[in-house]
Amino acid sequence: MSRRIFRWLVLVLVGLYLLLPLFAMVEFSTRGAGNSRSLEAWKGIGTNSDLVAGILVSVELAVLTVAGMLVLLVPTMTWVHLRVPRVRRLVEFICLLPLTIPAIVLVVGLAPIYAWVNYLLGNSGLTLTFVYIVLTLPFAYRALDGGLRAIDVVTLSEAARGLGASWLNVLLHVIIPNIRAAIISASVVSVALVLGEYTIASLLNFNTLQPVIVLLGKRNAAISVAVSVAALLFAFVLLLVLAQVAPRRRAKAVEGES
Amino acid sequence: MSSPGTGVEVRLVDLCRRYGDVRALDNLSLEMAPGELVALLGPSGCGKTTALRSLAGLEEVDSGQVLVGGKDITHVSAHRRDMGMVFQAYSLFPNMTARENVAYGLRLRKAGSGERRRRAGELLDLVGLATHADRFPHQLSGGQQQRVALARALAIRPMVLLLDEPLSALDAKVRSQLRDEIRSVQREVGTTTLFVTHDQEEALAMADRVGVMSAGRLQQIAPPAELYERPRTAFVAEFVGLTNKLRGSVHGGKVSVLGTEVPVLDGSVESGDATVLVRPESVIVAPDPDGNGRVVEATYLGSLCRVQVQLDDGTTVLAQVGSAEIAELAPSTPVRVTVRPSPVLATA
Repeated sequence: MSRRIFRWLVLVLVGLYLLLPLFAMVEFSTRGAGNSRSLEAWKGIGTNSDLVAGILVSVELAVLTVAGMLVLLVPTMTWVHLRVPRVRRLVEFICLLPLTIPAIVLVVGLAPIYAWVNYLLGNSGLTLTFVYIVLTLPFAYRALDGGLRAIDVVTLSEAARGLGASWLNVLLHVIIPNIRAAIISASVVSVALVLGEYTIASLLNFNTLQPVIVLLGKRNAAISVAVSVAALLFAFVLLLVLAQVAPRRRAKAVEGES
Repeated sequence: MSSPGTGVEVRLVDLCRRYGDVRALDNLSLEMAPGELVALLGPSGCGKTTALRSLAGLEEVDSGQVLVGGKDITHVSAHRRDMGMVFQAYSLFPNMTARENVAYGLRLRKAGSGERRRRAGELLDLVGLATHADRFPHQLSGGQQQRVALARALAIRPMVLLLDEPLSALDAKVRSQLRDEIRSVQREVGTTTLFVTHDQEEALAMADRVGVMSAGRLQQIAPPAELYERPRTAFVAEFVGLTNKLRGSVHGGKVSVLGTEVPVLDGSVESGDATVLVRPESVIVAPDPDGNGRVVEATYLGSLCRVQVQLDDGTTVLAQVGSAEIAELAPSTPVRVTVRPSPVLATA
């Protein structure tokens, strides 16, 4: 009984710790004149052109980053699992490197490269896709590696090859459907990372969502806070939607029958 | 795809495959007649799975040729070889139902949905799982999964059916049942089949011919009875079934062992002292107060018994006798041990 009370107590305390700041943000963003409540700041989200542009760029970046990350990592990791498992540690090390390098150091290295990127591809914020793909590697690698380890990649691939599947067919029909949960997980983390990234975008002078929120905060704190809450809610809804799309836990295998 | 009911001839010619210093295949040659089921038997690491994978195209060979239906497919990619394969590990695609698994090869061959459904239904019916067509692999038992895997391999009407220890993950009862089912299905479809196993009972029970491998080489390939009764090397004699190693003397095509003159098999030494390989069922044990040994242990195995006897010279002999005889062969009973005059292998 006492253990149950302790569990609830921990749950309530953690819940308060996480929800109180959110509640405070909602409270702040809905303050009106006097003691009244107002949705002015929330309505302002849709009418502020800088903000709308920042949101659109960030959403586009999220989509491109997820697509780029999946196209880069899924075939590479599948190939490593299938053909060159001895380099798995090396690939893991390379993928985890961005975690160990502070964003400010990355920017120092990226600034001259982005001078060329801007020169060649224009100064669209979407060029940040390249650096965001690198930033998502540590998290996406972990998720995808877990998915690939959970299935017998070698046997399934050989079974499909024996039935006449090309490598592309193996990837599309066998590997990807069976690591769907891992792909969704890697995608969610990547979307969250892109929507929340500030340092690199700001220092490279791109107006994505987070730099715009900070700039806006200096002019209109209420709208800035409203957008932050909206971004958090968006990520939360995204998680819920993806959790619904992800495969359900499997029923227990049948035992004893031949 | 081959026509239903007709197998093709398969030839492996001088296959070599090295892994570093290890020769997994050492000039392996094997011929399989159309529709034949050949089992490759051998201890772990003897190269039997490498041989099967080389035929499947999943393993590249350093040298040698793989000929199927007279056509050289040594360098043909695995997905173009038309081989049906059942693996040791459960290999059904977890995202597909049993029916979709069986139909997958046909889908890759651009068969229409009606044709795919009909053929998958036929094959699932053949392996007795027509009512499980819409179940996912995790809803099937191990034996059922292997039967679906067999149906999937046969659905594409493969040139050759390859079975890589498909029963080893199953319990004894299911294994025995599925063994008979696989054999009967193979006979029905007539596909040339290569079956790899380390279980000699499985190999002897299922195959038309059994090949015993050691260190990448085929030691002997023969029908099960011949392999058991007329082993050509000491390795084959010791690996297939139980064998006693007794001292004897060879002269004039016969060997004198335990006081009995016994004909020797081809491959035996021609004269002089030899180690004679005698099956337990060829050993006769009879109670005799003036005998040449004493019973050490008698084990009841149902329809028969195994009796371990220590000879006066210290040699231990294993004999197989009828269960009715065990009563008079209690431990410490003095016995006379002799050998039946069936041919034996005598090695140096």
